[in-house]
Amino acid sequence: MAFKIIASQCTQCGACEFECPSGAIKFKGESYVVEPQKCTECEGAFDTQQCASVCPVPKTCVPA
Amino acid sequence: MSAPVISVESLTDTRLSDQSLASANSGGCASTSCGSSRRPDDLDPAVWDKIKDHPCFSEEAHHYFARMHVAVAPACNVQCNYCNRKYDCANESRPGVVSEKLTPDQAVRKVIAVANEVPQLSVLGIAGPGDACYDWEKTKATFERVVREIPDVKLCVSTNGLALPDHVAELAGMNVDHVTITINMVDPEVGTKIYPWIFYNRRRYVGIEAARILHERQMLGLEMLSARGILTKINSVMIPGVNDQHLIEVNKWVKQRGAFLHNVMPLISDPAHGTYYGLTGQRGPNAIEMKALQDRLQGGAKLMRHCRQCRADAVGLLGEDRGQEFTLDQIPGELTYDASKREAYRALVAEDRRDHLAARSEAIGMVKTASSGKSLLVAVATKGGGRVNEHFGHAKEFQVYEASPMGISFVGHRKVEQYCLGGWGENATLEGVIAALEGIDIVLCAKIGNCPKDQLADAGIRATDAYGYDYIETAIGAIYAAESGVPALAAIA
Repeated sequence: MAFKIIASQCTQCGACEFECPSGAIKFKGESYVVEPQKCTECEGAFDTQQCASVCPVPKTCVPA
Repeated sequence: MSAPVISVESLTDTRLSDQSLASANSGGCASTSCGSSRRPDDLDPAVWDKIKDHPCFSEEAHHYFARMHVAVAPACNVQCNYCNRKYDCANESRPGVVSEKLTPDQAVRKVIAVANEVPQLSVLGIAGPGDACYDWEKTKATFERVVREIPDVKLCVSTNGLALPDHVAELAGMNVDHVTITINMVDPEVGTKIYPWIFYNRRRYVGIEAARILHERQMLGLEMLSARGILTKINSVMIPGVNDQHLIEVNKWVKQRGAFLHNVMPLISDPAHGTYYGLTGQRGPNAIEMKALQDRLQGGAKLMRHCRQCRADAVGLLGEDRGQEFTLDQIPGELTYDASKREAYRALVAEDRRDHLAARSEAIGMVKTASSGKSLLVAVATKGGGRVNEHFGHAKEFQVYEASPMGISFVGHRKVEQYCLGGWGENATLEGVIAALEGIDIVLCAKIGNCPKDQLADAGIRATDAYGYDYIETAIGAIYAAESGVPALAAIA
C-alpha cells in the first residue's frame, strides 16, 4: 500500500513533497522518493492520491 | 550632434571595463507605444516612481536597468499546452526554460554575485519554471533573505493566478509591487483548449471546470492586486486559431480590472520541445499577425512591445542574457554584497536619463512638426543607454522604431544572428540578417562596413553609421527631417 516515483521521468519540481499529507516524500540524492512505510495512498484523507494528482508527468507517481 | 558617452570604467574593473554607460546596456524602445515609455504627462508620479527602474514595466527603464530571474519555485498547479516541464537546455531562450533550479539559499548567493558584477541590476523576479505563488514557501523564503542583503532590489513575481488570491496580502507585506499574471482567456470554453488540467483545493480538475476555476481566480487575483495598488502586467500567449481574436476580449477585461500593462507574446511551438502544441502541430503567429493584433489592441490596456520572452534564469538587460556567467559552480560559497557599483551606476543613470528625456522630446517634437505625412521604419543597433551604439556586425537584435506624424515609437525588435564573428563577416549570415530586416527603410548603427552596406542597399535597405553614439530618437528625428525635406539638418550618409 504505497506509491512510488519513477525517477527517470521525474522533473524534480517537488510539488508532491509539499502536497503529501503524510510527509512521506523526500528529496534524496538525485530524486524524490516515497517512503513506503509512511505512504498511506492518501486513504482517509483525500479521494485521490495527492502526489499523482499534482505530478506534471503522466504515469510518474504510480502504485508501487 | 555626437553625444558624449558616459563612462562607467571608474565603476568596474572587470567585465564592464571596456564599456560605457551607453554600451553597458542593451535593448531599447521609445515613446508612447510600449507599455510605459517615459514619464508621460498622464502618468501618476507615484506609479512612475514604481516603474522607472523596472525594465519590464517601463520601456524607457529597459535601456538602463537589468533584471534577473531565479528559478526557486519549480512546482506548478496548472498544466498548459505550451509548456513541457521536462525541457532543459542552456541554448534555448524562452519562458519556463532553465538550466539549474536553485534553493532559496543558493538563489541569495546568486543574487549577491550578480548585484556585485552587474551594476544595472534593479529587479529580482521569480518567473518559472513552476508557479511562484503555488510554490510559495520557496518564493517567500527567497525574497525575505534577498531583501535582508539588498534592501533596494525590486521584487517581482510571475504567476498563472490560480494560487494568487491566497498570497496577495503577503506579497503586499513584502513590498512586491510588480506582479505578472499569465491570462490567455476570459472564456472558459477557450480555456479548455489551453489548459488540460489544474490542481486546486487538493484535487485535479479537468475540462471546462478547470478553466472556469482558473479564470475566476485570475480575475479575483487581479482585482485584489489592483485594490492594493500593486502594478500588474498581463502576459497573454497568442495562439492562432485558439485565442488570437479572443485576446481583444481579454484586453478589455484586464483593463477594466486595473491591469497596468498587457503583453501579448507569440506562442513558441516546436515538436522538439515536446509540448502538446508542439507535438500536435499548433503553429505560433508570425510577426505580421502579431503586429496586427497589437495594433488592434491599441487604445485598450497599455501594450508592452519590448518583451524578449526571456528564460526563467535570465540575467542582464532584456536584450541580453548573461545567465551563463552566473551558474552556481562559478559563484563562491561566501559572498558579501557590495553596493558601490550599483550606487555609482544609479547616480550616472539619473543624470543621463534627464539628458535623454530632453533629447527625446525634442526629437519627437521635430518629427511631429516636419508634417510630411511620411512613415519610416528604422532598425537600430544598440547596446542600450538609449543610443545608437552597436556595430552592425555585432548586433544580435535590432530595435525597430516607427517615425511618423504621430511621433517616434518603438514597435518591436528583430532578432538576428551576429553577422561578424572574430573579425570576419559571414555572407550566409548576412542573408539571414537582411531577411530579418524585411520592410525596414533604414538601419542605424555605430559602425558598418561597405560590403554589408552595399548588400543591404541591394535589398532596398539603407544603412548608416553617421549617427553613431547619438540618442536613438535624436538620430531618427534628424533622418526623418532630412527625408521630409526640412532644411538645415544632416542628410543621411
